[in-house]
Amino acid sequence: MTTAVNLETEVWRALGTVLDPELDQSVAELDFVAELRVDGSDVHVDLRLPTYFCAPNFAYLMVADAHDAVRAVDGVQRVRVRLLDHFASEEINAGVAAGSGFSDSFPGLAAGELEELRTTFLRKAHVAYQETIAQQLLRDGVPHEQLVTTRLGELPASTALERLRRRREQLGLPAGPDALLLLDEQGRAIPVENLSARLRFARTTRVSIEGNAGWCRGLLDTRYGSQTGAQQGAGLH
Amino acid sequence: MYAKDGVEYFIVDSHIHFWDGTPANQANRYGEGFLNCFYDYHRNLSPESELWSLEQFQKQSEDKILHDLFEVGYVDKAIMQPTYLTDFFVNGFNTTEQDGALAEKHPDKFIVNGAWDPRDGEAGLGALERLAERWQLQGIKLYTAEWKGESKGWKLSDPWSYRYLEKCQELGIKNIHIHKGPTIYPLNRDAFDVADVDDVATAFPELNFIVEHVGLPRLEDFCWIATQEPNVYGGLAVAMPFIHSRPRYFAQIIGELLYWLDENRITFSSDYAIWTPKWLVEKFVDFQIPEDMQSEYGALTTDIKRKVLGLNAAALYDIEVPAHMRAAEPQVPAGREPVASEMNQEAMSS
Repeated sequence: MTTAVNLETEVWRALGTVLDPELDQSVAELDFVAELRVDGSDVHVDLRLPTYFCAPNFAYLMVADAHDAVRAVDGVQRVRVRLLDHFASEEINAGVAAGSGFSDSFPGLAAGELEELRTTFLRKAHVAYQETIAQQLLRDGVPHEQLVTTRLGELPASTALERLRRRREQLGLPAGPDALLLLDEQGRAIPVENLSARLRFARTTRVSIEGNAGWCRGLLDTRYGSQTGAQQGAGLH
Repeated sequence: MYAKDGVEYFIVDSHIHFWDGTPANQANRYGEGFLNCFYDYHRNLSPESELWSLEQFQKQSEDKILHDLFEVGYVDKAIMQPTYLTDFFVNGFNTTEQDGALAEKHPDKFIVNGAWDPRDGEAGLGALERLAERWQLQGIKLYTAEWKGESKGWKLSDPWSYRYLEKCQELGIKNIHIHKGPTIYPLNRDAFDVADVDDVATAFPELNFIVEHVGLPRLEDFCWIATQEPNVYGGLAVAMPFIHSRPRYFAQIIGELLYWLDENRITFSSDYAIWTPKWLVEKFVDFQIPEDMQSEYGALTTDIKRKVLGLNAAALYDIEVPAHMRAAEPQVPAGREPVASEMNQEAMSS
């Protein structure tokens, strides 16, 4: 039988897989979990965001993903996830609880579900991790011709590499040791003549994602002050 | 005017507000939430010495704005950008009329911009004509995330938006400032998507599109569009204050903008009253790209600083700049080779 302590650990692990799509970090890492309560096999999660007007579609994804991730944990019977202090809290919480999908939660305002949006941001994150790893190799003196043929299995372990692999799996791109480090969104190799331009734009994407993450962390801190969330940090996602 | 080390800088604060965010004017929880969200921006990015109380932040007196901008803030000319938000605030948050009443008392200090909303249809076109005549508009501020009854936002590429842009062209309003907020509609798309700027910048080459807060939080998408569209500019509202709290990130923003745009298409602004110009101007003149980043981004020259702080906006609004404060190099139109033509566009599609 799963003990309460173990169950709570497992729920945290699950929340560590729930991404803020825009920032490519988990809601646990970002300190968006205001409260986690495990009561027998019932789990209650409160989420909080940096501003009242954070984009509602991303907010919806986080609440829905948290609900699904926690629900999938062995031993969890009932889940309630609530978003606090947001202009669309009511619609989002009701929609996720009823499992009614995004479009139905915002009748007339959404022209479809959110998978494409999610994919757009997974791709941005994928590009940014490729750039992080490629820059390190360039600094180490690896020439361009070699960089475009470098495979994941040849690379030393790193956080960026681990995250790159996970994004590849989510995007359905090759993620094994034989996969090339540098692939476009269709999974094709990058011709060496396109490498510089591609890395240059990838850097802008990375700067943007990292900058936004810093800004959101700052705003969360300003909004909630020293009231820390339910847990500091969490594992990889 | 700001002087430091024998160099004089002409200052145009190209995005300021004269707002009423007091509880009495807040129409509902959204108005309260909006003002408080701005106040958190203020608290998060201001130096401690510049922090205001919530009450000070909610509304500024005429004396206060004149003091902050012109007496101590070094500003030579301030461009007032309205933000109506009439669904959130009883009398509007910051309307052209509110701005204009102050500007008329100080015509040498302010430039009044107007606003339009494509959802006002035919009637709005007539109202725009009257507004343009009343305030001699040279510029327009658009807020695509604005709520209007059932509608929770709009796109620049909407058919009625094209009608309004044609009207601007006809009326000689050439500067279109775009504020991308967290647009609610359509909810299943990226709220900060700037792709519609690309469409209209191509369709209206005679208009200038100044994207406020340089597209943040989509700096990369903004840069990608701006590098291909010579009539797209980056306004530094909201980006400027990072100079204090996160100077390396600020260096990255400026460095990326200089790479993808050029030094002639970046404009300074404080976004008053979220922040005040005094400390932003002082810090920007003192600022340099950190040495370890200069191999990527280069260094900021006096001319770049002069252009960003005032000369670029002065060129957009035909503001006369005293000869000794102009850039040493003659102002040239954006001459950078578009990056899209240097590279395989398809290879960049991700």
